[in-house]
Amino acid sequence: MSTTWETVVGLEIHVQLKTRTKMFCRCAAGYGAGENTRTCPVCLGFPGALPVMNRTAVEWTVKLGLALGCEIAPRAVFARKNYFYPDLPKGYQISQYDKPSCEKGNMIVPMPDGELEIGIVRAHLEEDAAKTVHMGGHSGRIGGAEYSLVDYNRGGTPLLEIVTAPDIHSSEEAKRFLLLLRQTVVELGISDAEMEKGTLRVDANVSVRPAGSDELRTRCEIKNMNSFNYIARGIDAEAARQVAIWESGGEVKQETFDFDAGTGTLTPRRSKEEADDYRYFPEPDLVPVEPSAEMIERLRGELTETPAARVVRLGLDLDLERALVLVTGGLDGLYAATVAAGADRLAASNVIANNLVGAGVDPAAVDAAELAKLVAARERIPRVAFDEAIARSGDPDFSADPFLAQEVVSDASELDPVIDAIIAANPGQVAAFRGGKEGLLGFFVGQVMKETGGQADPRAVSEIVRAKLLG
Amino acid sequence: MIDTLRLTAEGALALIESREVTSAELHAAYVAAAGARDEELHAYLRLVDAAEGTGVPIALKDVISTKGVETTAGSKILAGYVPVFDATVAARCKAAGMPIIGKTNTDEFAMGSSTENSAYGPSFNPWDPTRVPGGSGGGTAAAVSGGLAPWGLGSDTGGSIKQPSALCGNVGLRPTYGTVSRFGVVAFASSLDQVGPVAKTVRDVALLYSIIAGRDENDSTTVELPEIVELPTAETLAGVRIGIPKQVWDLAGIEPGVRASFETAIETARSLGAEIGECDLPLSFDYGMACYYLIAPAEASSNLARFDGVRYGPRVDAPTYREMVEQTRDAGFGDEPKRRIMLGTYALSAGYYDAFYGQAQRVRTLLMREHRAALDAFDLIATPTSPTVAFPVGERAADPLAMYACDVMTIPSCLAGLPGLNIPSGLSEGLPVGLQLIGPQFGENALFRAGYALECAIGFDTVPERLR
Repeated sequence: MSTTWETVVGLEIHVQLKTRTKMFCRCAAGYGAGENTRTCPVCLGFPGALPVMNRTAVEWTVKLGLALGCEIAPRAVFARKNYFYPDLPKGYQISQYDKPSCEKGNMIVPMPDGELEIGIVRAHLEEDAAKTVHMGGHSGRIGGAEYSLVDYNRGGTPLLEIVTAPDIHSSEEAKRFLLLLRQTVVELGISDAEMEKGTLRVDANVSVRPAGSDELRTRCEIKNMNSFNYIARGIDAEAARQVAIWESGGEVKQETFDFDAGTGTLTPRRSKEEADDYRYFPEPDLVPVEPSAEMIERLRGELTETPAARVVRLGLDLDLERALVLVTGGLDGLYAATVAAGADRLAASNVIANNLVGAGVDPAAVDAAELAKLVAARERIPRVAFDEAIARSGDPDFSADPFLAQEVVSDASELDPVIDAIIAANPGQVAAFRGGKEGLLGFFVGQVMKETGGQADPRAVSEIVRAKLLG
Repeated sequence: MIDTLRLTAEGALALIESREVTSAELHAAYVAAAGARDEELHAYLRLVDAAEGTGVPIALKDVISTKGVETTAGSKILAGYVPVFDATVAARCKAAGMPIIGKTNTDEFAMGSSTENSAYGPSFNPWDPTRVPGGSGGGTAAAVSGGLAPWGLGSDTGGSIKQPSALCGNVGLRPTYGTVSRFGVVAFASSLDQVGPVAKTVRDVALLYSIIAGRDENDSTTVELPEIVELPTAETLAGVRIGIPKQVWDLAGIEPGVRASFETAIETARSLGAEIGECDLPLSFDYGMACYYLIAPAEASSNLARFDGVRYGPRVDAPTYREMVEQTRDAGFGDEPKRRIMLGTYALSAGYYDAFYGQAQRVRTLLMREHRAALDAFDLIATPTSPTVAFPVGERAADPLAMYACDVMTIPSCLAGLPGLNIPSGLSEGLPVGLQLIGPQFGENALFRAGYALECAIGFDTVPERLR
């Protein structure tokens, strides 16, 4: 009898905050400057330089904590995490450790079979390391490289680390959670959260266990996945690897893997010679973070309905998957406004999720009232007119009216005379069609469309032509 | 003729204000004095020949970053390091018009009590150059005492201002933690380090303190002073309650001459109207040293991690990053920093943290409470600053524990974050003895008043006898 296995996943998410300046100095944060130009004695770890906390980063951390339903620590403490690495100029990273700003939150993830609650163990603030480029080796890693270059521009950028409970049981759940978390962060305006730019980074801790059991077996960590789809594939690959080990009577060892999305393979990272001992202790150069009750209440007041809650609500009207697409695509605001302007729900969701996104239109630029007119008219007006109208719906001062005027002609009483004239003018083609060349139907439809200046409804024309020729 | 041995900072300021001398002439006089006497004293690691300013010149301990002037903290690992920015205290001195005479010698990273741990060789006591000037701020103390600077800045972690001031016959203040910026001061133990003034008189110390103290937005642990600094004028101690920890009388290792000078100073205080009583600091005397030698090395082990040869300072090239860092640090650090890095690394290690660093922090809290209780009953606490007068060069250099014992009475109030003032109380065997006055948090003005009254009554001649 074969065991059924359950996957157990906990995620560690790093979100780079888009504050104007770095976490502990006044250097500009963000991309786009020459190497090592956004540096100062503080973020380069010069002797005597001291950190000064970025108040905005602290506020944003609290804000995210509130959005995730966390308890906000009245007194959070930064600690030093000590280790040597060239991307760490002080020889320690300043990070909240045993007293983080946010703890014990959760997020509801709507799934087809019900709502899944994923616990947020903690969300804490830290500084990012600098960027190291290893030159001359084949692997791009420090081992085997001839030399390494360090760009300290990124060093000291504020980073939020969010740790989930091991409440995730499939790659699909992980992906949905991440989509909703990302959308939450983006809507709070605290990060662009783009995986390809590294402003959102995800590590997954994966283990498996016999279904129905509540044990936690040895877990492995997978890193280096730069899209949600790769994360999902990485989790599946690692779970499958572990199941195979357990089923063959082996034992899973705690390891860290890089996932290569190209080949779908997991490569173990070189294990360290000694166990990590970061010698954490409270950072004596900073004072504790003590957010005032007023600040917490002000931030709480600024919160809007979370993406997860909106998916649940929209899911009552629409297909859940469609609701998810709308919300995580930042489209549900336009959807709601379009429906409010009178559009049919399903039609509006189709037009927004498919046509509008397909045309690359910025949903924020679209006038919902005009869009509602287009949604209502989309069966009525010529296809070309509809597509053009959608493509231009984000233009300033866009009006749907000129496009709505281009009605299709599908009324048989209007089409009959035109079609009869074309049949009469093309006796050869008529004979060929009747002789079995059914492909000629398109010829007749084309002629009608040409004659009507594209205003005829091609489906109606095609039916009428067929009936007349065969009738 | 400028008598650099006798001239106080206040006196120098008066000369400048009456246009009898210029700031540049004063600066030249001190540089010339250094040229004449510093071969013997080695108070300075380097002189600043062309400093700008309009005020009284100053000497800065070499842990204080000075823009464009090499700053080594007495260590080979910072040889050739020239800061691109001024420490806040250096900037405040410059803003007050003070030209810098030079950077003074220090035990490496301010770790020591004799300056013998300086990678650039020890300084010597102006009262007797066969003896140490104390440490870690022995360079500043020797410079002030030897007439090579009217005043200077030191840094104090467990006694590095107070103890050398005692051994060289200077007035020195270790301020309340948080009143003076540490920005730009090469860190030893961040929760203990404080910069403070050293001078010949209490009024000079108060004046310099008023220039450097106050909130600095670059140092999160600083605060605005709750009251303005007042230059003391009254020669009375009427109504001042002074507590003497009863543990002082039983402390092993206090020299008879030091004890006698201390007793005389207490009698002088009584004659000035002070109410003398006994206070109790049992934990401070029993556990202060142990507590300090866990907390300070732990923080130091982390603070010194940045010296890796990657961005500044000398580098030993090696095939890999790890080897490069290891060999750079091995070559760059002397024995004492290495010893403290090892102690501190151990104290913070997984499995030992609670027993060592964590326990030391809890003890520190108890020491704070104990001091607070004593300072509820008394306005000030008085002890000798150092158990001994200046000891011969080399006597303790090979015995770290004997060296650490120099600070047994200066350390507890440092752990409690409290201000301490050393004033000379007299001579023993021809060498200065220091009196330590400890005040409550932000109690600097009270220290200045009491110190000034005692200073006037004691009438100590700060010029070393052999140089008069």
